[in-house]
Amino acid sequence: MSHTAEAHHDDHHDAPTGIKRWLFATNHKDIGTMYLVFSLVLFFIGGAMAMVIRAELFQPGLQFVDPGFFNQMTTMHALMMIFGAVMPAFVGLANWMVPLMVGAPDMALPRMNNWSFWILPVAFSLLLSTLFMPGGSPAGGWTMYPPLVMQTGDAFPFLIFSVHLMGMSSIMGAINIVVTIMNMRAPGMSLLKMPLFVWTWLITAYLLILAMPVLAGAVTMLLTDEYFGTSFFNAGGGGDPLMFQHVFWFFGHPEVYIMILPAFGIVSQIIPTFARKPLFGYDSMVYATASIAFLSFIVWAHHMFTVGMPLAGQLFFMFSTMLIAVPTGVKVFNWMTTMWKGSMTFETPMLFAFGFLFLFTIGGFSGLMLGITPADFQYHDTYFVVAHFHYVLVPGAVFAIMAGVYFWLPKWTGHMYNEKLGKLHFWLSAIFVNVTFFPQHFVGLAGMPRRIPDYATQFADFNMISSIGAFVFGASQLLFVYIVWSCVRGGEKATQQVWEGAEGLEWTVPSPAPHHTFEVAPEVK
Amino acid sequence: MAHASDRYYVPHGSPWPIVGSVALLLLMFGIASTLNGAAIGKISMLAGAAVLLFMLFGWFGIVIKESVDGFYNQQVDRSFRMGMAWFIASEVMFFAAFFGALFYARQLSLPWLGGEGNNFFTNFLLWSGFENEWPSNGPAEIGGDFKAMGPWGLPAMNTAILLTSGVTITIAHHALRAGNRGMLTLFLGLTWVLGFLFVGLQGYEYAHAYHDIADGGLSLRLDSGIYGSTFFMLTGFHGLHVTLGATMLIVIWFRVLKGHFTPDSHFAFEGVAWYWHFVDVVWLGLFIFVYWL
Repeated sequence: MSHTAEAHHDDHHDAPTGIKRWLFATNHKDIGTMYLVFSLVLFFIGGAMAMVIRAELFQPGLQFVDPGFFNQMTTMHALMMIFGAVMPAFVGLANWMVPLMVGAPDMALPRMNNWSFWILPVAFSLLLSTLFMPGGSPAGGWTMYPPLVMQTGDAFPFLIFSVHLMGMSSIMGAINIVVTIMNMRAPGMSLLKMPLFVWTWLITAYLLILAMPVLAGAVTMLLTDEYFGTSFFNAGGGGDPLMFQHVFWFFGHPEVYIMILPAFGIVSQIIPTFARKPLFGYDSMVYATASIAFLSFIVWAHHMFTVGMPLAGQLFFMFSTMLIAVPTGVKVFNWMTTMWKGSMTFETPMLFAFGFLFLFTIGGFSGLMLGITPADFQYHDTYFVVAHFHYVLVPGAVFAIMAGVYFWLPKWTGHMYNEKLGKLHFWLSAIFVNVTFFPQHFVGLAGMPRRIPDYATQFADFNMISSIGAFVFGASQLLFVYIVWSCVRGGEKATQQVWEGAEGLEWTVPSPAPHHTFEVAPEVK
Repeated sequence: MAHASDRYYVPHGSPWPIVGSVALLLLMFGIASTLNGAAIGKISMLAGAAVLLFMLFGWFGIVIKESVDGFYNQQVDRSFRMGMAWFIASEVMFFAAFFGALFYARQLSLPWLGGEGNNFFTNFLLWSGFENEWPSNGPAEIGGDFKAMGPWGLPAMNTAILLTSGVTITIAHHALRAGNRGMLTLFLGLTWVLGFLFVGLQGYEYAHAYHDIADGGLSLRLDSGIYGSTFFMLTGFHGLHVTLGATMLIVIWFRVLKGHFTPDSHFAFEGVAWYWHFVDVVWLGLFIFVYWL
């Protein structure tokens, strides 16, 4: 029996070629690459939508698009960026790096891995097709609050089903990551020896498994309310539109951490490498990540302080929200302490990680401001909120993804990227992300509402600055594509270790990493 | 080089996932278009369902073949187990959303509509005269008069049936581990019979609920306000899961007849058994919170 198994193995050992390599892929590196390319495409589609928004807001008054289309753009921009760009990028990085980091031959469930990727193009084809439908795309905001979302035209069921599909994809991806980490580690790789990227992804995967089905439930209730006469969100029938917000944010807040915990992991890999010191407080980093994940399930109503909750509820959610600052603070201080007296160099990944550290922290602080219930009454639904979550998502999650890409690109391609251009990309991004989003704090505090295509003239100057920043930021991302493309095509040969201070199993395999790695498990001391 | 059976089995390329994606595209496009009233929807839906079935047969077929051919070692087995366990965890959270809706309606939205707390004016101005009660189809009495589904009678019988099926599958599992094929076949067969009996009785109960009160029914429908919504969505999704579970039971029953499982290697059996216990536990929650309390 084992003989036939051996034969079956060996005659397929070379990398498959052509279209079949991608359509039928079971290799974690190929699937990781598909995830990353997909996420980059969606990043530009979502980015183009952001450019439409910023063009319209360049001046007060209505210039380019009608308000309905503007609302479609804000809604679709969010859906594209959250479910299409940031989440798949992290899954792609996990696919590539988790098996390499734990010394596994592949992901635990390779066929399901393929399916979780190939569901995404289906989901986003359905969602993007709504742009061409009567009534256009969903325009009620990515949060899909009823009763407004019920006014969506033909796009409505497409929105619901694409969300279902994204959820299926995420859950399958998450199960695969949990199983890979729990079952496929090389001998000696005990849990508290795992690299932090693996740890943060493990905890993120638990969040995905527990949060995504709740979103599926919420949108299913929307669907049946719309088409089958149920009354979940209809007060006349004894339901409550507010209930949707509770169910949605029960998913939505863990989702926030789904988009940032892997970023924490990436930064925790990069900072020790370029500070040439081990990570300070490894154990506390793990516990802090777990605490954040736990707390993320009991803070959801801070997204809805203004809806008229009982006072006890408001107080509970305010204090539980404040509590998250503690483990997050642990992390920020640990990163700073890791750098303390390190022998630091600032290659592009480190620059992005450094940018992350500063700018994510700004987003964290504005989050604390928003978490204070009475203060939130002032900030709610203003551009201050927009500024806050873009600080945590763009120079937070997206910078971390880019840091990760620059960090691991030599391992993937076998070439060094162009360091000069990488640094240029960083500085353009870091400067113009601030030009874009910092003024939004001011207009928000002064009362400019979000999701509105027109605004009072006193907000004109800051909006123009913000739009200019967005255009340059958007354009500089083309540089990123060029850098990645030319690094794939060629460049200085990368060594096995790539970075002088790099440690871990992933740096013990050749660059580029061969199609199959760790077929015989390495021994971890 | 390690021996093949000692190494983790990584399949090299598989067409089934992409076939599944095509199925989902056709299916979801079909359902969405049907809801929008487009004629093409039904065709697409049927095509999607057909391709999905084809994919399920193909995908599970290859996995079963590999398993029977001995490609899977202990570690692969453990991966399947963990995968199944976390899949069930995600299913639990799906039901949690609907249970959450039920509790929210009963504990918060109905009392608020009735004027509790600082909601006096909600009640006075919008729904004057409405009093919080359960069951309720809300202050607008959406769906008209209805009677609630009582717990005793059919639902209690269904509870007994599902609990019994939990026992029979455990007996079947013990028989499998003891290598007693006769007992295994009998009790596993009994389990799926009980499963489909449950589904049949549930269908009967639905028919009874849907009939007008005048015709001896309950006039209880999906659109009977929040009670009808939570009742049918919770029991309906549960019923779907029982149907799926019972179908899986039949599949492994046929695999038992073919002699696929050994006393130490029978992941598929255990996975299905876990799933069956999961629908069992969900039912207990339903029986207590939907039918009884």
